[in-house]
Amino acid sequence: MESTSHNFKENARRAIADPHIQAAMAKMKVGFTGKRLAATQRLPEFEALRDASRDIKNHSLANLDFYLERYEAKVIESGGQVHWAPTAEDARKAILDICRRVDARTVTKGKSMISEEIALNDHLEAAGMTVVETDLGEYIIQLRKEPPSHIIAPAVHVSKEQVEADFRALHTHLPADRNLSEPTDLVNEARQILRQRYLDADVGITGANFLIAETGTSIIVTNEGNGDLTQSLPRVHIVIASIEKVVPNLEDATTILRVLARSATGQEFSAYTTFSTGPRRAEDPDGPEEYHVILLDNGRSAMLGSDFQDMLRCIRCGACMNHCPVYHAVGGHSYGWVYPGPMGAVLTPNLIGVEEAGHLPNASTLCGRCESVCPVRIPLPRMMRNWREREFERHLTPSSVRSGLWLWAFLACRPVLYRRLAGFGIRILGALGRRKGRFSSLPLAGGWTKYRDLPAPQGRTFQQLWAQKQKNEKRGAVK
Amino acid sequence: MTTARSQILGAVKQALARNTPGDDPQDMREQRLSDPRPGLIPERSRLPHPAQVDLMESMLNELSATVARVSSGDQVPESVSEYLKAKNLPPEIRMAPSRDLQSLPWDGQHLLKISHGPAREPDQVSVTGAFAAVAETGTLMLHSGPEGPTTLNFLPENHIVVLRASQIVGAYEEGWARLRKVFGNGYMPRTVNMISGPSRTGDIEQKIELGAHGPRRLHVIIVEDGDSPA
Amino acid sequence: MSKPEPRVGLFVTCLVDLFRPSVGFAAVKLLEAAGCRVEVPEMQTCCGQPAYNSGDRADTRAIALQVIEAFQGFDYVVAPSGSCAAMLKAHYPTLFDKEPELAAKAADLSTRTYELVSFLTDVMQVSKVDAVFPRSVTYHDSCSGLRELGVRDQPRQLLSTVGDLSLVELSDADTCCGFGGTFCVKYPDISNTMVSSKTGNIEATGAQTLLAGDLGCLMNMAGKLQRSGSAIQVRHVAEVLAGMTEDPAIGLSGTAPGDPRSGGA
Repeated sequence: MESTSHNFKENARRAIADPHIQAAMAKMKVGFTGKRLAATQRLPEFEALRDASRDIKNHSLANLDFYLERYEAKVIESGGQVHWAPTAEDARKAILDICRRVDARTVTKGKSMISEEIALNDHLEAAGMTVVETDLGEYIIQLRKEPPSHIIAPAVHVSKEQVEADFRALHTHLPADRNLSEPTDLVNEARQILRQRYLDADVGITGANFLIAETGTSIIVTNEGNGDLTQSLPRVHIVIASIEKVVPNLEDATTILRVLARSATGQEFSAYTTFSTGPRRAEDPDGPEEYHVILLDNGRSAMLGSDFQDMLRCIRCGACMNHCPVYHAVGGHSYGWVYPGPMGAVLTPNLIGVEEAGHLPNASTLCGRCESVCPVRIPLPRMMRNWREREFERHLTPSSVRSGLWLWAFLACRPVLYRRLAGFGIRILGALGRRKGRFSSLPLAGGWTKYRDLPAPQGRTFQQLWAQKQKNEKRGAVK
Repeated sequence: MTTARSQILGAVKQALARNTPGDDPQDMREQRLSDPRPGLIPERSRLPHPAQVDLMESMLNELSATVARVSSGDQVPESVSEYLKAKNLPPEIRMAPSRDLQSLPWDGQHLLKISHGPAREPDQVSVTGAFAAVAETGTLMLHSGPEGPTTLNFLPENHIVVLRASQIVGAYEEGWARLRKVFGNGYMPRTVNMISGPSRTGDIEQKIELGAHGPRRLHVIIVEDGDSPA
Repeated sequence: MSKPEPRVGLFVTCLVDLFRPSVGFAAVKLLEAAGCRVEVPEMQTCCGQPAYNSGDRADTRAIALQVIEAFQGFDYVVAPSGSCAAMLKAHYPTLFDKEPELAAKAADLSTRTYELVSFLTDVMQVSKVDAVFPRSVTYHDSCSGLRELGVRDQPRQLLSTVGDLSLVELSDADTCCGFGGTFCVKYPDISNTMVSSKTGNIEATGAQTLLAGDLGCLMNMAGKLQRSGSAIQVRHVAEVLAGMTEDPAIGLSGTAPGDPRSGGA
C-alpha cells in the first residue's frame, strides 16, 4: 500500500476538521474501552493471563527459527504447501502464481492486514482477477476505495448513511425503493450480495492470527463467518501470515486467545475461532483441495535482536488504538499506511522506514495508556522514544527543535546562568502578564497560543523567592 | 544457492544469535511440541459437572444462542420440530451424516424432510452434532470429517447443534486433550471450529447485528445423557 | 517507615520555578507539616524530559548527572510533579546502560525519589490535612504520575479530608490532556483536540475548581478553559492541601511580587 505517512500533519488536520470522522471517533472511543473494561473485570485471572501471553510470545520469538521449521514440517505432513517470502514482492508473486496455476477468476478474501501491507488486491486485479473482500468492514472500504482505518474494525470511520449511499450507488440491480436506513438492512444486503461470491470463488485467501508449530495449524479469529466461508468453499485456500505469528502449541495459542477477544472487542471469545490444518482429507465431504501458507518476512527478521523485538509480540487486537487519545483525535487514515494508532507508530517505521514514517512515533504524548491495555505488555511509549532517538541521531529532527533543545540543555546544565536569565526573563514576562493574568498571544509561543491562553508567571522564580526567604530567616535569627 | 527459505531462516538465526544469550535447551522446546502442558486455566469453569452444564447454557444465552434441554436422545427429533415451528421455519433440515444423529428416532417426525451431506445454497437449517463444548465461554467445538461437513456450520441461516451433556467440558484445554486422544498428538483434522454464538458484526457504527455471513441463529439442544465427561 | 525528621531535597521542577512558585511553597509547607526538614539544592534546573522525549540522549544524560550530583545525601527527593518524579525514578536508571558506577548512582536516586502527594501518604503516613476549601472540585490524573508511579488514590484520599470540599469525579479522568511537553507545540491541532475533549469533560462536572498534580497539564487545561471563556479555576492540588489558596488561580490576574512568603521584594 502507498504511504502518506510523511503527510501525517496534514492528514491529521483534515481529519480533525471532518465531522464524519469526529463523530465516528466519539462513538468508538466509548464503545471499545467500556467493553474491554467490563470483560477484564469479569475474569479474575486476566492480568496473570497477560503475563503468560507475553511470556509465550517472548519464548516463541527467542526460538523463532526452531518453531518455524517445525511448523513448516507439520504443514507439509498434513498435505499443505509452504512458500517463504522474504519481501512483499515475493509474497505477491507466490500468490499470483498459485492463482494463475488454478486458473482463478474470482478470489475471495477474509480480513488480512498482511494483504494490505503487500498490496495484494491491486496485484491480482491487474492480472485480471476479481477480488472480493468478504469481511463487511473490508467490503465497505473496498467499495469506497479506501484503506482500512483500524486493524479490527476497518470501516469504523464510516457512518451508516455513508454505507447506505455506497450500497445504493453500487448495488444497482436491487430495487431503488428498498429500505436501507438501519444497520440491520445494510448487513442483510451485504450478506445477500456476498453469498454468491463465496460460492463462485476459485481461491480463498485468509490471514492468520496465529500459526501453531505443534500441529502445522493456522488460526483465524472472526465474528462474521466470512473467513470460514472464504476458506471452506473454494478449491484453494491460501493463508498469508508474517513469520512472528508462530507459537509452539495448542495450549499456548489458547492462553493468548483468552486475552485476544477481550482486549479487542470485549468479547470473551470471538464467534468463530477456526483452526485449519492442510487441505481436505480423503474422507472429508467438503473443504479445499489445496492449502498453501505464505510465510512473509518483510522486515520482521530485522526487528529480531533489535530494540524493537518486543513489537513482534503484537497479536493485532487493536486495544492500543482503541484507547489512544491521539487516534481518537485523528482517526486511522491519518497515520497514512496499514497500521494506525500506537502499534502502527512503532511498527510502520520498521517496515517502511523512519524517513517516511517519522511523524508517527512523534505524534504522541507518551501517556502510556496503550501499554496499560496491551495484552502482551509491549512497551509502546519506550519504543516510540527509541524512534525519536534514532531520528535525533540521524538529524531527522527538525532543526528548529534541535536548536531549541540545544539552548535549553545549555542553560539547564549551567544553573547559575540559568537562574540569572530566568529571574530576569520571568520578571519581565510576569510584569507583562500581570494585568490579565495570561497571554492570548506571545511572540515565539504561537504553537501554544493558537488555541489556548498562556498563564502568566507569578513574576519571581521559586529559587529567587526561596533564596530571599532564607536570607530573611537568617536576618531574623541574627536579630 | 540461497533460497527464500534459507534467506529468512538465516536472517532469523543470525538476529537471535547476535542478541539472545543462548537458546532454550533443545529438549525443552521439543517437549513443548511433543508433550504440551496446559497453562493458567481460569477458575470459572472448575465446577462439578452439572454446574458446568448450567454454565454452558447461561453462556450460550448470553451469546444470543438459544438452548433447549432434553432428558434423552429420543426427545431430540421432537425438539427440532418444535424449534422450527416456533421460528416459523419450513420443516426441512440438512443433517450431518453422523451415526449418532442418524440413530435418533426421526421417523416419528412425519412432516420433517431430512437430507444428509454438506450444505447447499438453499438449505435454511442445518443439524449437526459437536465434538465437545467448553462451558468457560459457551463455546462449541466442531471439527471437519465425514460425519461433520464444515459447510453445515456456516452456510445455512439456522444452525442446530445436538450436544450431549457428557461432551461438555470446563476449559478449552480439556477439549484439546480429548481431540488428541482421537487424532493423536500433533495431528489435527482439516478444521476445528470453535463456535461461540451466531454470526455477528459491529462493522456499521459498532451496532452489533446477527447473521453477517454465517448463521443468524444458533440453537443448541443439550441432551442430559447422565454421563460425566469421559 | 521514615526516620524522625527526614531530610528532603525538594525538586522544584522548571515549571514551578518559573511560572508558579506558590506550588513550591505549598509543597514545602506540606512536607514540613509532615515532619520533614526541607532543603532546596541550588544546582537544579530541569529533570531533562524535553531532551529525553525528543530523543536527545546525550543532553538528557548531562542533565541527569547534574541532578544526581545535586541531590546526593538527601533521605528523599520529592517533586510536586508526577512526570518529573517519574523521570528521575523510572528513566534515569536507563540512561547509564554501559556505565555501572553511574547506573548505581541513578538507581540509588531512584529509590529515594517520590511525587509529592504519594510521598506524604505512602512514606510519611499522612492521612489528613488541616486545610479548608469550600468548593466543588474535580481532579485530573496526570499520565506519568498515574501510570509510572501509581498515583491515583492518594490525592483523592487527602482531598477527602479537606474541610467543606466536595469532589466530583471527572469522566475519563485518566485520559491525557494533550500537553505532553513539546507535543503540544509540535502537534498543536491534535493537542487542541485532546484538550478540548478534556475541558468538555471538566465543564460537564459542574465543578468550580480543577486540580491536578502536574503544572504542565494544569497550564494546558487552564489556558484552554480560559480561552473558551470558562470561569472554572485551576490550581495545583498541593495549594489546596496546604491551605494556600489566597493567590489567584492559574492564569488569573493579580499575582504580585510583594508576596508575604517572600518577605517583600
